[in-house]
Amino acid sequence: MNVTQREPVLEVKELRTQFDTQDGIVHAVNGVSFTLNKGEFLGVVGESGSGKSVTMMSLLRLIPMPPGEIVSGTAMFNGEDLLTLGEDALRKVRGAKIGFIFQDPMTSLNPVLTVGFQIQESLKIHQNMDDKQSRARAQELLEMVGIPAAADRLDNFPFELSGGMRQRAMIAVALACNPEILIADEPTTALDVTIQAQIIEIITDLRDQLDSAVIWITHDLGVVAGLADRVLVMYGGQIVEEAIVNDLYADPQHPYTKGLLGSIPRLDQKGAELTNIKGQPPNLYSFPESCSFAPRCPYAYERCWNENPPLLNVGESHFASCWWDIENNRPRYVS
Amino acid sequence: MGQYIIRRTLIAIPTLVVISFVIFIILDLAPGDPTASLPLTVPPEVRERIRETLGFNDPFLIRWFKWMSQMFIAEPLNATEQVFNVSLGDSEERLRILSWSSRAPVIDTILERLPQTIWVLGTAFILGVLIAIPVGVISAYKQYSAFDNVGTFVSMAGYSMPVFFTGVLAIVIFSVWLDWFPSFYDTTHKVTDFDSFVFQLKQMAMPVGVLALFNAAALSRFTRSSVLDNLNEDYVRTARSKGLRENRVLLRHVLRNSLIPVVTLIALQIPGIFAGAIITETIFRINGLGKYLIDSILAADIPAVQTLTFIFAALTVFFNLIADVTYGLLDPRIRYD
Ligand SMILES: Nc1ncnc2c1ncn2[C@@H]1O[C@H](COP(=O)(O)OP(=O)(O)OP(=O)(O)O)[C@@H](O)[C@H]1O
Ligand SMILES: [Mg+2]
Repeated sequence: MNVTQREPVLEVKELRTQFDTQDGIVHAVNGVSFTLNKGEFLGVVGESGSGKSVTMMSLLRLIPMPPGEIVSGTAMFNGEDLLTLGEDALRKVRGAKIGFIFQDPMTSLNPVLTVGFQIQESLKIHQNMDDKQSRARAQELLEMVGIPAAADRLDNFPFELSGGMRQRAMIAVALACNPEILIADEPTTALDVTIQAQIIEIITDLRDQLDSAVIWITHDLGVVAGLADRVLVMYGGQIVEEAIVNDLYADPQHPYTKGLLGSIPRLDQKGAELTNIKGQPPNLYSFPESCSFAPRCPYAYERCWNENPPLLNVGESHFASCWWDIENNRPRYVS
Repeated sequence: MGQYIIRRTLIAIPTLVVISFVIFIILDLAPGDPTASLPLTVPPEVRERIRETLGFNDPFLIRWFKWMSQMFIAEPLNATEQVFNVSLGDSEERLRILSWSSRAPVIDTILERLPQTIWVLGTAFILGVLIAIPVGVISAYKQYSAFDNVGTFVSMAGYSMPVFFTGVLAIVIFSVWLDWFPSFYDTTHKVTDFDSFVFQLKQMAMPVGVLALFNAAALSRFTRSSVLDNLNEDYVRTARSKGLRENRVLLRHVLRNSLIPVVTLIALQIPGIFAGAIITETIFRINGLGKYLIDSILAADIPAVQTLTFIFAALTVFFNLIADVTYGLLDPRIRYD
């Protein structure tokens, strides 16, 4: 069945998050809307600072507040808006229904508590397990994520594990309660290729077994191509393109996506390929009133400087926020 | 761990020997005469004999060795004899460190005065810690709240006002004006019933309060910044992402990490407390070790000064070891091998 026709588990609308810093307000997420379907593997790509992590952390209100603030938006999950849910109800979602694997395995585990303790904690809270039950389950989880001698590892402290092992332990923490949604924030960047492959396998297995939905944030378009059902491309705190994975690779509609895929033709050098996108990442100190990619865009024209393009439907289940129709080499007309 | 403690203790011995030597040299340079405090009518020959019996005329190194043998061999033997009620060797002949001014064994005076010091200092210290840690944690968790601002103000005030100022201020306010507490500490007071217990509390209130405020001031600031550092750590976000309650995040995850440096600071502060005691005991006239040191210095009672200074030094070395050991107990990353 086509994943886009499945029932949605999470519907995010118009999410805006900003940080009030000494240098001014950082507009980190500027009106992000997307839907995650049951059992779907959703890839999220975009360069550093594009707001991938902040978007996902905002959903569970895990950004530091202050300085962070979720200015507006809704995130409907099982009929409840996560962004306005009461503290107690939110805690019942965190860890139990939505698991989060954080970007940096070196610092994301508590250095003075054992790995076992940190996994058992959520089992005790959400599943009312006692010490023995939760320990058995924690061992099972460590075995599942491929940690050898799991029983002994339970009593290890994070510093006694290698980076790859820690990342797996972090995954075990996130998977402990069989969450309906697993958010994995660059779970494999710190790891070497073989371990990366193993971890990807663990997570896809899980998806298949439990029918959990996965949000996979990464810089690695290769990983996304092989795994994801759908992809969101983020730029400057906005989604600039959303498509089923094959469509995105075969027919990218946003110049930024084209740039990412390394296929953007330059105007001065016809036919030549460019793997890097020239220019600076956008300034997030002001809210985007025009297209934030315009300064780096070879197709930018007047409208791009005056109006921020919304996500426009550019094909079946395919959206891009761009005023220029590259294929037909003309402005995109919105019906 | 056990091995580490033994090794550290063994290393401490030469350290202490060197410390005692330095103390000895410095005090030897100070002018002092065991007969200086005697009436002028005492004839010179008698004075000379007194000097002779106290070993004042021996060469420097001999005096130092004598002091060391008295401190490390004679006194521990005496103590053992007293505790177990036995006699080891010729206990009558054993030489003891004698005070120049009272001619009584210095160690006896110290033991006699120790309880007062421990009572006042110990209570003040424990109270200080019990106030500082919760205040520090709450201030950090509710950063810039009214509680935090008041806490900042009080600890700044407490920290920047020396004990000799707050002590006198307290006496003026609470003894002179309000007449709540006695202005000096009666060491002979015995707690026998409820009323005498209340009196004991009353006379302890000011010295303990003043010292506790001073200790708590710095410690609560330190705790606050340590907790703040940890609240920004990634593992706190992980803990929250698991759906833990805020108080569990704070007490189980943040506090344990934050207390690692705090506990070390506490252990290292303890010798400093004795320095504070010298002043507090003088102000409130508590007949403790601090006052004994000041009195001995004023009376040029060199053996007493030597012994007390050495004991303070030994305490510093000891609490350094305690600090390192507790650090290791709290932080699994520290390995002793
Ligand atoms: N606590 C914070 N205070 C201020 N600014 C923040 C904070 N956290 C994030 N930001 C800002 O929000 C923007 C988006 O950050 P985010 O971490 O979401 O990027 P990202 O897409 O995950 O990048 P990366 O791929 O490097 O992880 C960045 O400009 C960042 O500087
Ligand atoms: Mg990120």
